[in-house]
Amino acid sequence: MPIEEVLGFAVAGTFVLYALLGGADFGGGVWDLLALGPRKAEQRALIARAIGPVWEVNHVWLIVGLVLLFSGFPRAFAALSVALHVPLTLLVLGIVFRGTAFTFRAYDTRGDAVERRWGVVFSVASVVAPLLLGMCVGAVASDAIRMQGHAVVSGFFASWLSPFAVSVGVLTLGLFAFLAAVYLTHEAHTPQLAEDFRRRALVTGGLLFPLALAVLLLSKEGAPRVWTGLSQTPFALALHVGTAVAAVVAFALLWTRRFRAARVAAATQAGLIVLGWAVSQAPYLVYPGLTLRSAAASPVVMRLLLVALAVGAVTVVPSMVLLFRVFRPQPPGTASGAQETTAT
Amino acid sequence: MTDLLYARAQMGLSLAFHIVFAAAGVALPVLMVLSDWKHRRTGDNDYRKLSEKLAKGTAILFAVGAVSGTVLSFELGLLWPEFMGRYGEVIGLPFSLEGVAFFTEAIFLGIYLYGRERVSPNLHLFSGVMVAVSGAASAFFVTLVNTFMNNPSGFTATPAGPVDVQPLVAMFSPGWQYQTAHVLLSCYQASAFAMAGIHAFILLKHPGAAFHKKALSVALPLACITALLQPLVGDLSAKHVAKAQPVKLAAMEGHFHTEVGAPLLLGGLPDVETRTVPGSIGVPKGLSILAFGDPDAEVKGLNEFPRDTWPPVAKVHVAFQVMVGTGSLMALLALVTLWRRWRGREWPHGRGLMRAWLFAGPLGLVALEAGWLVTEWGRQPWIVRGVMRTSEAVTPVPHLAAPFFTFTAVYLFLGVTVLFVLWRQVAGTLPGAADGKVAHGH
Repeated sequence: MPIEEVLGFAVAGTFVLYALLGGADFGGGVWDLLALGPRKAEQRALIARAIGPVWEVNHVWLIVGLVLLFSGFPRAFAALSVALHVPLTLLVLGIVFRGTAFTFRAYDTRGDAVERRWGVVFSVASVVAPLLLGMCVGAVASDAIRMQGHAVVSGFFASWLSPFAVSVGVLTLGLFAFLAAVYLTHEAHTPQLAEDFRRRALVTGGLLFPLALAVLLLSKEGAPRVWTGLSQTPFALALHVGTAVAAVVAFALLWTRRFRAARVAAATQAGLIVLGWAVSQAPYLVYPGLTLRSAAASPVVMRLLLVALAVGAVTVVPSMVLLFRVFRPQPPGTASGAQETTAT
Repeated sequence: MTDLLYARAQMGLSLAFHIVFAAAGVALPVLMVLSDWKHRRTGDNDYRKLSEKLAKGTAILFAVGAVSGTVLSFELGLLWPEFMGRYGEVIGLPFSLEGVAFFTEAIFLGIYLYGRERVSPNLHLFSGVMVAVSGAASAFFVTLVNTFMNNPSGFTATPAGPVDVQPLVAMFSPGWQYQTAHVLLSCYQASAFAMAGIHAFILLKHPGAAFHKKALSVALPLACITALLQPLVGDLSAKHVAKAQPVKLAAMEGHFHTEVGAPLLLGGLPDVETRTVPGSIGVPKGLSILAFGDPDAEVKGLNEFPRDTWPPVAKVHVAFQVMVGTGSLMALLALVTLWRRWRGREWPHGRGLMRAWLFAGPLGLVALEAGWLVTEWGRQPWIVRGVMRTSEAVTPVPHLAAPFFTFTAVYLFLGVTVLFVLWRQVAGTLPGAADGKVAHGH
């Protein structure tokens, strides 16, 4: 495998991990906004406890992906930063408000109007950011970004406001909300709370089917290469089948309340969807001018980046295992109120 | 204002904002671990309370630092796509390692903050140490990128961009050891001074508050040591700038004409039209001594360099004077404090000295921001010195006033909010406050 493909795979890997971990934290914010019913306050408290210790760690996957992109494929990073200046700026604002509002709410607890207002900022930003992230992905996937030399000639709005890009935004939001709901069934420390999130997971999981279908149909017009990639190559078909199987399994496990296993199935499903995008996108970063090969940094740079990644993995992976072990969910009834839960 | 100026202003604003939180993220964990360790050694619960308060402060400041750092990593592309498109690969290695350090910092901060009841005391303290170490590592790696921009090396420049890239050479561009030491010290110094200032303020209002005397005894050693080390490191750094970036040195000193035995100009406002520095006081041969260690050394003036490669002389000179001035005041205060500590048996907290520390509290941050302005303004008009002009790097996206004013408003709002939230944390420790049980010690 040529080294630029290895690095491209690593970038895709960070996006998958960001979706599975960071995405679920955004999804938690969505359920904070949509907290309903008699256990509204408990739902919000569970979400806050689950996200608290890990959201900053999960967020770092985005930074790592970004750094790998600009170090490994600098021209693609430059082009995307110009073409998607507007949505990326808005996305960054969403990330700023999500993180700061969550922290202010957590550390300035007074149970008053100010705290509730931070809660609203946190949850609204958690809805806006995934939408914009998905719209950026949609813009890239649809090949609507056009370049002449180093200049972007496709404008600053059209690419990410197309029906296809917007549909990808909605799908991303739905996927993150689904992941969060599934994870939270396992994090919940009372059966009632687990039920609340099981219902949410089943509903959003059900909605994902028509949403994904809509994206696929819109891609025929809006992103023809994705359409061909997703519907005609054998590897893509295998990915589809894998995604569909994982989705059905996740549904069945939720239905039968096997929450621990449902988490794995849902994560597999979401991971395969992100991977499916990456595969249909390859080898183009910005169609047709910038490919993995033409945008790649010098080979020596890419080799050193992979070394840095390996060094990073040696320090980060054991630390992360420790983190998730320390905060792994306790079975209901075994822990006191202050000691439960966290997100994956 | 042109779009280039708006882009520079937005980047500058984002960095000026982020630097404060980054510095706190580097230094507060050290103070937090120190008080934790003091608690374990003395069994005094005030130190535990202090370390918990510092941990909360760290959590808030780290979160704001993490998101404002995210803004910066996007802004590299959003504002300077040509810089990243060409030099992204050259500086990718330190950025990647910074990512690794950021990861470990976030992981162990999570364990430290939320795991006090869940992990053993040793693992807890170890997590705190890891937060401090990885915070320092991440500042170290990011400063390496800035060193590269000041003294680019490790590639051959061509009109089509860099070739023959040697990432390890670029990562350790000349002067890296001085700049990283200078920056790391400034993080510890700024945070320790700010913390000492806060507790001095409370001790002035509540002279008996034992908790705050103890807090002072944690902050003062770090503040005094860094304040005395910093001028030495700064001197080494200036000597390197004198050799490697003579035009920056000339701007820092308002030094227009090449001279043997050049005087050191204190204060004043350089006038590039008349090429004089009205209002300054000259110390004979001072600049030659400081820059080259030789009273008769020749120091190149701005006249040696083409006019269109001059940095904004007045701004660089004033920022440099502010940094050196505040640095000197802090070093002086450190000397007095250490003298009093040596004469007495504990860290001093007399009213006069407390007033001085209250006044000095913000000076570390002022010096940090001023020093950063010196290096950034002093590198202009280049983004990568001698190779790429800032104007060549800027994005073609129009209407950059809109994001600039948006981020200005957002950062003003966040800055005020953070101050408010942090003040409430401090207020909780005041004598008579709701959770102020510890305020009087035992």
